[in-house]
Amino acid sequence: MVGNRRAGGGSQGPLSRRTFLKGAGASAFALGSVAVLPLFGTPSAMQDPRTCKAADVSARAKDLIVSNWPAYIDPPEKDYVSTLQLFEKQTGITVDYTDDVSDNAEFFAKVRNQLGDCQAIDRDIMVLTDWMAARVIDLGWVQPLERSRVQNLHDNLIPALRDRAWDPDRTYSAPWQSGLTGIAYNAKLTKEVGSFEALLTRPDLKGKVTLLSEMRDTMAFVIKVTGGDPDDFTEDQWQDGLDYLRKVVRGGHVRAFTGNEYIQDLTAGNIVACEAWSGDVIQAQFENPDIKFVVPEEGLNLWSDNMLVPNKAQHQENAESWIDFYYDPRNAAQLAAWVNYICPVEGAREEMEKIDDSLVDNRLIFPTEEELKDTFDFMALDERQNQQYEGEWSDVTGG
Amino acid sequence: MTATATRPAGSSAPTPEPAPPAKRPRRNLTGYWLLLPGALWLAVFFVVPFYSLLATSLYDPGGSVLEGYDMSWAFGNYVTAIQEYWRPLVRSLWYGAVATAICLVLGYVLAYAIAFKAGRWKNLMLILVIAPFFTSFLVRTLSWKLLLRDDGFVVDTLQFLHVLGADGRLLATPVAVIAGLVYNFLPFMVLPLYASIDKIDPRLVEAAGDLYARPFVGFFKVTWPLSLPGVVSGTLLTFIPAVGDYINAQLLGSPGQRMIGNVIQNLFTDAGDYPVAGALSVMLMLLILVLVLVYVRRAGTEELL
Repeated sequence: MVGNRRAGGGSQGPLSRRTFLKGAGASAFALGSVAVLPLFGTPSAMQDPRTCKAADVSARAKDLIVSNWPAYIDPPEKDYVSTLQLFEKQTGITVDYTDDVSDNAEFFAKVRNQLGDCQAIDRDIMVLTDWMAARVIDLGWVQPLERSRVQNLHDNLIPALRDRAWDPDRTYSAPWQSGLTGIAYNAKLTKEVGSFEALLTRPDLKGKVTLLSEMRDTMAFVIKVTGGDPDDFTEDQWQDGLDYLRKVVRGGHVRAFTGNEYIQDLTAGNIVACEAWSGDVIQAQFENPDIKFVVPEEGLNLWSDNMLVPNKAQHQENAESWIDFYYDPRNAAQLAAWVNYICPVEGAREEMEKIDDSLVDNRLIFPTEEELKDTFDFMALDERQNQQYEGEWSDVTGG
Repeated sequence: MTATATRPAGSSAPTPEPAPPAKRPRRNLTGYWLLLPGALWLAVFFVVPFYSLLATSLYDPGGSVLEGYDMSWAFGNYVTAIQEYWRPLVRSLWYGAVATAICLVLGYVLAYAIAFKAGRWKNLMLILVIAPFFTSFLVRTLSWKLLLRDDGFVVDTLQFLHVLGADGRLLATPVAVIAGLVYNFLPFMVLPLYASIDKIDPRLVEAAGDLYARPFVGFFKVTWPLSLPGVVSGTLLTFIPAVGDYINAQLLGSPGQRMIGNVIQNLFTDAGDYPVAGALSVMLMLLILVLVLVYVRRAGTEELL
């Protein structure tokens, strides 16, 4: 054995041939890696919508591909012509409708590589919530809408949604539905929870409360509670809010930060109150009338999900017909009667009288002018703020 | 050994090799050609993604999803990652270890029973172990949420027995997360354990008895050492995915039970902080690799790797 090793290793020095080869191989590999690593950078995702666009084939191809959130459109039934079928009949356009958007961040991650590289995502309309819509518009991923072809949008959009800072003239976006973020509670298990502050501090709610995992939804209220203005707050006010929330979470008051699944926990009795979205609550009320929705004393947080035409969409004109169609009050009312979110179309309330009387006075579908007057929204963040705030937010929400 | 050592000396000995030397390299090459598909597969699905991940972990932290990232050898990302997220990292290792230990105890008893005592029920029991795989991982974890709910049967019973206080709960506690991990990864423990316990010759155990070993001693002198390969592969197959799991913590836990998988997912999709997320992923990989190497060395079962 010993003789063999000597024979194989040579007698030049303490370094055997095998060790030398191993070392050389490893160093070559390491050097190769060092050379290769810089190739894996991530390029900027900014695009220019004026140059990054496809030829519109709408005139020839009567097709339209729409990506929306689940349970967000009236489904066709035997004796019921859905709004989508009506649209197809009126325009002769065939609609390929998928509900594959279930989370803004996830959808963003899904299309980031294509849109960031000016490639088609094979969709003509995608529906994203305000802050994400603002982000993708900032990135230059969205085509402006031709004003003359979406006249209904500009005529009928409710005033409360007109002056959004990230798209003041609604050049790029059209709200599909809007909703309120507020408080839901189970009236069988607890007494009314009237304010966000009560939700976070009332001792009898300890451990039986959930908040939304969307940073903007929850922090807007927390900043309100700690005396800031979510529409326009400073770094200090953000930190104050975060400290406040951190104390609440550390004290074991909050059971979880959730997406839509809070509604199951609320009906199952695992939680007795939570931060909630209005439409979910109305839909749950049909089965469990004990579930109540409260507009918190801190105010109304009004948001909308917006239709956007992504770069390289091939059927922009068809997409514009679709938007125009849903901004006709009659169609909007028919849709609102099914989805139960806030209808962003002026005049739909009058049309609703013909469809379903019981919904006309539902203020969660048709809020009054005064109620909409002092709604608040979360300040627009630039990319770096977004990264910082989302990071700090997730440090608080996860121990 | 002696034969190979003396060969150079006796190479002049008349050992006639009629094969023409030209054919030799071709025959040697065949092996490499056969390696090619596997090597390509590894290169495309392991080496390239690994480099991409490694590069991501060294991105300039000043970049953003919007402006893009440059690879700038920013080793500081690792410092940031440890400083900010050591807690979930340690927690993940801890939960993974506890879940693996529980799996080992439950799985060993089960595998032992299937291998030695099940008789004609053997195949049925094996199918029952695998049966949960027929439904999706997600659905199974969600049904745990129903089982453990606050006014459900399990919690009510435990409250009645005063194991839990009147206000006690299981969901959103470490108990629920570890229970979920144990449940979801138990089959990965049982199957390798079964495979190696089943191979043990029962006569060896009988022989131990004949030599006056009490059953207890017989188990630790005969059955346990012979089943060690199964123990090692079972614990690895359980521990590695359990540490990286994030579904159980997401569905059954609360913010206080967040594991490293949740942090990485959150940093990638919500915060868009690629560098720190990448650093955490690389660290998790290396940490597990080191733990596994140490473990396998100590267990003396290198031949398994």
